[in-house]
Amino acid sequence: MLEIKNLKKSFSGRVILDNMNVTVKDREVLSIVGPSGAGKTTLLRCITGLEKADSGEFLIDGQSFNPQGTDTSDSVIGVVFQDFNLFPHLSVFDNITLAPTMVLKKDKNEAKAEAENLLAELGLKGKGDLYPFQLSGGQKQRVAIARALAMHPKILCYDEPTSALDPNLRREVEKLILGLKQDGMTQLVVTHDMEFAKNIADDILEVSSLDKLNQK
Amino acid sequence: MSLSYISEILPSLFQGASLTLQLFFWTLIGSLPLGIVVSLGLTSNIKPIRWVLDFYVWLMRGTPLLLQLIFVFYGLPIIGVVFHRYDAAVFAFILNYGAYFAEIFRGGLQSIDNGQYESARVLRLSYWQTIRKIVIPQVVKIVLPSVGNEVINLVKDSSLVYVIGLGDLLRAGNVATSRDVTLVPLLLVGIIYLILVGICTYLLHKVEQRYSYYK
Ligand SMILES: Nc1ncnc2c1ncn2[C@@H]1O[C@H](COP(=O)(O)OP(=O)(O)O)[C@@H](O)[C@H]1O
Ligand SMILES: [Mg+2]
Repeated sequence: MLEIKNLKKSFSGRVILDNMNVTVKDREVLSIVGPSGAGKTTLLRCITGLEKADSGEFLIDGQSFNPQGTDTSDSVIGVVFQDFNLFPHLSVFDNITLAPTMVLKKDKNEAKAEAENLLAELGLKGKGDLYPFQLSGGQKQRVAIARALAMHPKILCYDEPTSALDPNLRREVEKLILGLKQDGMTQLVVTHDMEFAKNIADDILEVSSLDKLNQK
Repeated sequence: MSLSYISEILPSLFQGASLTLQLFFWTLIGSLPLGIVVSLGLTSNIKPIRWVLDFYVWLMRGTPLLLQLIFVFYGLPIIGVVFHRYDAAVFAFILNYGAYFAEIFRGGLQSIDNGQYESARVLRLSYWQTIRKIVIPQVVKIVLPSVGNEVINLVKDSSLVYVIGLGDLLRAGNVATSRDVTLVPLLLVGIIYLILVGICTYLLHKVEQRYSYYK
């Protein structure tokens, strides 16, 4: 279970998130919805340590962790970026196995075997030797998911997983997320698409822009 | 243009070409790593480092290489730094080309999408792992054409060492031309430069091909 308590984040005095509380229960999907500019990406970037929160507490299974920490015990969050950010010069296999071999010091063959399993589960069997530019958007997204899962995160976060894809792929993404949920993955999905959120989420958290408050 | 005359002067031309090649290789061996390190400094967040390196690049690119050669060989001894002719040439060339390479690499580094660093970061790769495995391979591909241009320039720029009295390829040709009152040696010099540049172009093309496996 991921808990975030009293998160506050501002950019040069402009408050984006204030007194934010988020709970994602094990094996559930939490959707965070809100209009563009509400601070959804910022929230995700705080959770993943890409931005430093002004204040707030981060707990995983009741244990406090530091999203910006470099300790392996801080390594609990997996991320699927909005435009995936795959490494273009690495094959699908190398994209997935790079961090497990370099960071977790996993044996190369072991990491590759695991990558093969992940690819098979995600419907990408036999695509390991391709390069990102040879994949469709949906395939890239699944490679990004495999790359995150290979680090065994306790929770997987997505930023707008439908926005970089063809609208008719939305159903596919829903199935993908629900499939991972069935496998026991805890997931946090940021989206501005309420209908999509309703289809995947156990719980929905709405965020709204604080700009009106700022003006007071 | 008799064959016997050509075979007579070729050894001295080859001797000159050998100095040209040595200067070429030592310059590359020194200036490419220097360029990498300086470019990392140029893109760092530490302002004093950036100022110093910006000044260095400005100085090297803002003055003729010929002038730099003269300063290193004739100027530095005034403050007690004495180089042999050849060392002075290598030193000046490394400093000069290091600056050009640094600027090229800086451009390459800045064209790497921030998302690449962020991906690496959430995967917990360290700074140096990110530089080595993610950044440098992509930068190499981006900068190859510009680096190739500089490499070809270097083959020809090496002829500037005549100014400090080094016997390179061009000088060897000049000596023979004024001694024998014929343009044949210089014609041969031109052909040798063309062959050297041709080989470089071919090799650079091969390297570029090796990096064309992704877009
Ligand atoms: N690095 C930043 N510096 C300053 N302002 C930022 C930065 N990142 C985001 N913002 C601002 O924070 C607000 C929320 O942005 P964001 O989290 O991207 O919203 P959302 O993802 O919900 O569309 C926006 O007004 C945006 O301009
Ligand atoms: Mg966003």
